[in-house]
Amino acid sequence: MSSAHPTSQAARPAILDEVDPVDIPRQPCVANDRSFNWITEKVCGIIEEKTPTWWWVCFVIACCTASFTVIGLGYLTATGVGVWGLANPVNWGWAIVNFVFWIGIGHAGTLISAILCLLRQKWRTSINRAAEAMTIFAVVCAGLFPVFHVGRVWFALYPGYLFPFPNANAIWPNFRSALLWDVFAVSTYGTVSVLFWYIGLIPDLATVRDRAKTKIRKIAYGIFAMGWRGSNRHWSNYEMLYLLLAGLSTPLVLSVHTIVSFDFAISLVPGWHTTIFPPYFVAGAIFSGFGMVLTLMLPLRAVYGMQDLITQYHIDCMTKIVLATGTMVGYAYGMEFFIAAYGANEFEIFAFVNRAFGNYAWAYWIMISCNVISPQFFWFKKIRENTTMVWVISLFVNVGMWFERFVITVTSLSRDFLPSSWGYYSPTVVDIFTYLGTFGLFSVLFLLFLRFVPLMAMAEIKAVTPQADPHHH
Amino acid sequence: MADKFGIIAKFDSPADIMHAAEKVRDAGYKCWDVITPFPIHGMDAAMGLKRSWVPRFTILGGTAGFLTGMSMIFFTSATDLDLGILSSGYELIVGGKPFFSPHFAFPVSYELTILFSAFASIAGMFILNKLPMHYHPVLKMDDVADSSDDKFFLYIEKQDPQFDDAKTAEFVQSLHPVKVSDLEE
Repeated sequence: MSSAHPTSQAARPAILDEVDPVDIPRQPCVANDRSFNWITEKVCGIIEEKTPTWWWVCFVIACCTASFTVIGLGYLTATGVGVWGLANPVNWGWAIVNFVFWIGIGHAGTLISAILCLLRQKWRTSINRAAEAMTIFAVVCAGLFPVFHVGRVWFALYPGYLFPFPNANAIWPNFRSALLWDVFAVSTYGTVSVLFWYIGLIPDLATVRDRAKTKIRKIAYGIFAMGWRGSNRHWSNYEMLYLLLAGLSTPLVLSVHTIVSFDFAISLVPGWHTTIFPPYFVAGAIFSGFGMVLTLMLPLRAVYGMQDLITQYHIDCMTKIVLATGTMVGYAYGMEFFIAAYGANEFEIFAFVNRAFGNYAWAYWIMISCNVISPQFFWFKKIRENTTMVWVISLFVNVGMWFERFVITVTSLSRDFLPSSWGYYSPTVVDIFTYLGTFGLFSVLFLLFLRFVPLMAMAEIKAVTPQADPHHH
Repeated sequence: MADKFGIIAKFDSPADIMHAAEKVRDAGYKCWDVITPFPIHGMDAAMGLKRSWVPRFTILGGTAGFLTGMSMIFFTSATDLDLGILSSGYELIVGGKPFFSPHFAFPVSYELTILFSAFASIAGMFILNKLPMHYHPVLKMDDVADSSDDKFFLYIEKQDPQFDDAKTAEFVQSLHPVKVSDLEE
C-alpha cells in the first residue's frame, strides 16, 4: 500500500493484511500492453498522415449523395410540402420516421459517453469520441426534417413555429404541445452533445497542437485547445466537469427519446396512445445507436489497424448491449399486443391486428426479423467473434429500426377511426431522395471528423491502461 | 536570458510523479503544479487539492434554467403583460385547458435546467482554470510538449514563499527526477 492514501491506511481492516485477495480478472482495454507513446502515435497518426485515396473517393461519393438532400429540400421549399407523399389520413410520413430514426441513432453516443461513464465501464474510452461525433451528425440529419416540414422554413424561427420568438403579434407557440417539448429537447440535446464532445476533445487537441509541425496547424489546434497544459490543478476541475456533464447528459438522453415518444403517445390514435412508449423508444434508440456504432467502427478498426484499441472485448460488450436492447424491444412489441388484447378496446385491438396482418404486414415482419430475430445471433460467441457477421447484423439493426418507426407512424394513421378515409401511403421520389441524401450528409461530416479530429480519446485511453495506475509495478 | 519562473523536473512514470507530489505537498510548498498527459487517479490527494468548485456553478445554472423555463411559459401563455418593445404575453386558449400548469411546463423547464447547468458548469471549469490562456511558461518549453504524450512534469514556482534557489533545487533533486531544469518566464 502506498502512502498516497494516508486516511484509507488507517481505516483499512486488519484482516486485509492476512488474506491475499484474488484480482478480479478484467479484460484489458488496450491489447498487447501498448505504451502511452504508442497510443499517441497511433491516434495522431491518422490525422497527421497524408490524406489517403480511399478517403477522397468516399468523400466525393458522400458529397454527391448529400446533394440529393440539398436538392430535395430546395425543391420542397420552392414548391411546397405537397411534394412529399403526405395526404389524408397519413399526415405524418417519412419526415417523422426519418427524424426519429436519426435521433435514435444519436442516443448510443450519449449512452457511451455519459451512462457508461457513470457506470465506470472503462471500455467506453476507445469508442466514445467517434460515437459522440456520430451523435452530433445524426442530430444534424434529424433536425432537417422538423425544420423543413413546415415548408416555409424561415417561419420556423419568425414568427416562431418552433422557437418562442417575440414578435409584434404576441404569437407564442403552444407549450402544451409535445411537438414543442421536442424542439426544446432536441435542441438541448444537440447543444449539450456538442459541448460534451468538445470538452472531451480539449486535452487531445493540446496533444495534436504540441506535435504540430506547421505554423497553421499549431495555431488552429492551439486555439481550440484553449491553452490546455495538462496541469493537475486543471485536471481536477476538468474531471469534475466531465462527471457533471455525464450526470446531466444521462437524464437528458433518457428525456429526449421519452419526449420524442410523447409526440405519438399523448395523441389519441390507436397504436400510439400507450404508456409503454417512453421506455420502449429509449431502448429502441440505444439499440439502433449501437447498431450504427458497430457499422461505423468495425470498418474503421480494419482500415486503421486499431485492433489493439478496439479489441474483441469491446465488440463483445457492444454486441451484448445490442442483444439486450433488441430483446427489450421485442418484449415491448409483444407487450403492446398483450395490452391491446387485455384492454379490450376494439380500436386498439384492430390497430395491432392490422399492424401484423394488414396491408403494411410486410413492413411489420421486416421489423420483427431485423430487430428481434437478428440480434439473437449474438448469444453465440462464434458469431460475436466473426467481425463480418457482426457488421452484417448491425446493418439489419439499422434497417429494422427504420421500419419500426415506419410501422408505428403509418399503420396507425392509414387505418383511422373512419373507414371512409382509409388510404395507403406511399412516399414520393422526393421523400426517398431526401432521406437517402441524409446518409451522404452524415458521411461527409463523419469523414471530415476522421481527417481533422483525433478519432479516439487518447487521454482517456491512457488513463485506463494498467501502467497509468500509480500502484502498477 | 529571460527571468526565472521556477524549477521544473521531469519524471517517467505515474508512480514517480505521484510520490514526488506527495513529498512536495508535505514540504509545504504552495505555488507548484504537476503536468500530466492524463488525470492520474489519486493525484488530487497527493497534491492536497480540495474538492473542485465546479458543482457550485452547476447548481446556479440549473436553478436559473428551471426558473427561466417556468417563467417564460407563464409569461407567454398565462399573462397578457405588455412589456412594450420587449414583448408581450398572450393568454392562449387551447381546448379549455388552464392557462398555466406546472405539468405541461415541466418538460421544457427540465430541458432548460439541463442546458443552463451544462453551460454554467463549462463556464465554471474555464473560470476556475483561468482558461483559455495561451501563454504560460510551461507552454514555451519544448521539452514539456512531451507532457501531452507520455512524460510527467512537476514545477515549483519562484513566487512560492518557501522558494530558495539552492535549497529548492536540492529538494527537487531529492525527488529522483530524470531531469531538472530552470523554467523561464
